[in-house]
Amino acid sequence: MSTMTIDKSGPTRKVKYGSMSRDRTWALRWSYFFLTLFAIFSLTPPFYMLITSLKGSAEISAATNPWWVHQPTLENYIQLLTSNQFLRFFWNSAWVSIIVVTVTMLISVPAAFALARMKFWGSATLATGVFLTYLIPDSLLFIPLFKMFAVFGDLTGIQLVNRWYVLLFIYPTLTVPFCTWIMIGYFASIPKELDEAAIIDGASWFQTLTRIFIPVALPGLIAATIFAFTVSWAQFLYPLVFTTSTDQLVLPVGIITTLIKGDVFNWGQIMTGALLGAAPPLIIYAFLMDYYIAGLTAGATKG
Amino acid sequence: MVDVAFQSNRTAAAQAGRRRVGLRNALRRKSMSAFLMTLPLILLIAVLVIYPALYSVHLATLNKAMTKFVGFGNFEFLFKRDTFWLVVKQSCIFAISAVIFKALIGFIVAHFVHNVPANKQRKWRGMLLVPWVIPPAMSTLAWLWLFDPSYSAFNYTLSFFGIGPIPWTGDAMWARFSVILVNVWYGAPFFMIMYLAALKSVPEQLYEAAAIDGANWWQRIWYVTLPMMRNIIAITTLFSLIVTFANFDIVRILTAGGPLDHTHIFATWAFRVGIEGSDIPLGASVSLFMVPILAVAAIFILRDITKRGNES
Repeated sequence: MSTMTIDKSGPTRKVKYGSMSRDRTWALRWSYFFLTLFAIFSLTPPFYMLITSLKGSAEISAATNPWWVHQPTLENYIQLLTSNQFLRFFWNSAWVSIIVVTVTMLISVPAAFALARMKFWGSATLATGVFLTYLIPDSLLFIPLFKMFAVFGDLTGIQLVNRWYVLLFIYPTLTVPFCTWIMIGYFASIPKELDEAAIIDGASWFQTLTRIFIPVALPGLIAATIFAFTVSWAQFLYPLVFTTSTDQLVLPVGIITTLIKGDVFNWGQIMTGALLGAAPPLIIYAFLMDYYIAGLTAGATKG
Repeated sequence: MVDVAFQSNRTAAAQAGRRRVGLRNALRRKSMSAFLMTLPLILLIAVLVIYPALYSVHLATLNKAMTKFVGFGNFEFLFKRDTFWLVVKQSCIFAISAVIFKALIGFIVAHFVHNVPANKQRKWRGMLLVPWVIPPAMSTLAWLWLFDPSYSAFNYTLSFFGIGPIPWTGDAMWARFSVILVNVWYGAPFFMIMYLAALKSVPEQLYEAAAIDGANWWQRIWYVTLPMMRNIIAITTLFSLIVTFANFDIVRILTAGGPLDHTHIFATWAFRVGIEGSDIPLGASVSLFMVPILAVAAIFILRDITKRGNES
């Protein structure tokens, strides 16, 4: 019976395969065509940033083809990288991001471990609460937070508003809930036998965390770290609200408030600054793309 | 503290029946150490998220100088202002149309990437995700320059086709279009990545079965792909709805709400009123109007997550 079916379906199948493979070739060509279009759409702004950053101010205002640079010059880069103000923004951003990433990891990894493994009273509610916190946007909290820190300054005499380190208190509200949430997902996927074996062998909870959970969930940890860094580097609303003096600004706000003077836009320098500001996340992304994507998809697919 | 725990553990281990004592010790300390481990998280959320959220409700009931309780006075004032209703309308148009286009483009692009041979997917995915990686404040500056009234590179290109010049940020309708366009550019890659992950999880056998039954590509998408991706589509859309609705950076940098408040959305208008206009209670009232929409989206997301939690 089986030979009969093979015999029967032989010729028809062959025809079908032929048309299917032709369909597939065409589908592939169309896919490449549209992907190229979308890639052009995606890469136009960064490409234009690069082009403009290599132009001198005379060429920017000249009526030549804006999509190409005729006399490439590095003057914008030299001017920005030798300007103390710009370097100050860069350092402020770097310090804020590095400290926030460290604090985030120190808070969220133990919390995620406790919520994923050590079931205690209210732990399930707390895990859900953490997730809900992640859904509260910055644009809802910036006004009460601003007022809170102003009142705190009046009461205690510790002035935090308009100091770059105030951001160290505020950014964790953006990073900690999401990092905890994805770490809960990663920790929950580790087989229970592993930590039970460790505890039976006499390991404390702390040892179980550092010797077993962190090494096993390292990809998740890297994804969470990248997320925390990207968020703190890119944050714009909070520093705009909380810092005003030019020596306290972080990069995104610094570029926008100091390089745009009234109606005068120094586009060469603005694009150079924007490109330099976009560089750290882009470099991390170029080297750790898989972790970056894992972190992106983990938020919604885990848990 | 850690050292002490470690030591007591050792001595316990030295005694007879080390396994049982170790286990019992661990269990006894469990709830205490679990509490200590989550304490920083609880403090952070309580002090810097829950408290400010409630504080903003309190602020919204004060007068401008924050000396007197006015009840719903701020809200009554807002309801009488045309600008407020303009902001409500624009926020909804902005969020809904941006999310729809992001979802559509993400869905289409994800299919194209999925069609390409596996070894080339990485390269395409890498290029298409770049808009999501660049800090939005930085990339919006590039768009602002592309939209520049006198040196717009888009208008330069369009002039060869006899179109334009288009007032990208100068005219109310075009400014709304530009703001949505930038948001779609920034957000579509996120959908693309999520849908691509979902597409990869659809078992190949289902498509083979559909092909044997004679389904064309449209039927395959409608009866196989979409039902299999329903969860991911729902949750990604809700996530994006929240983020888009609360968006600040793009509108602020591209138009700052102009021309004549015709692109203001809740976040930018709350900033204009509350911080720049230093009327903190009114600003707090404006941003509180985001809560109902966010709450509805959050409830749906939560339902989906608990449902999936029960399934697994």
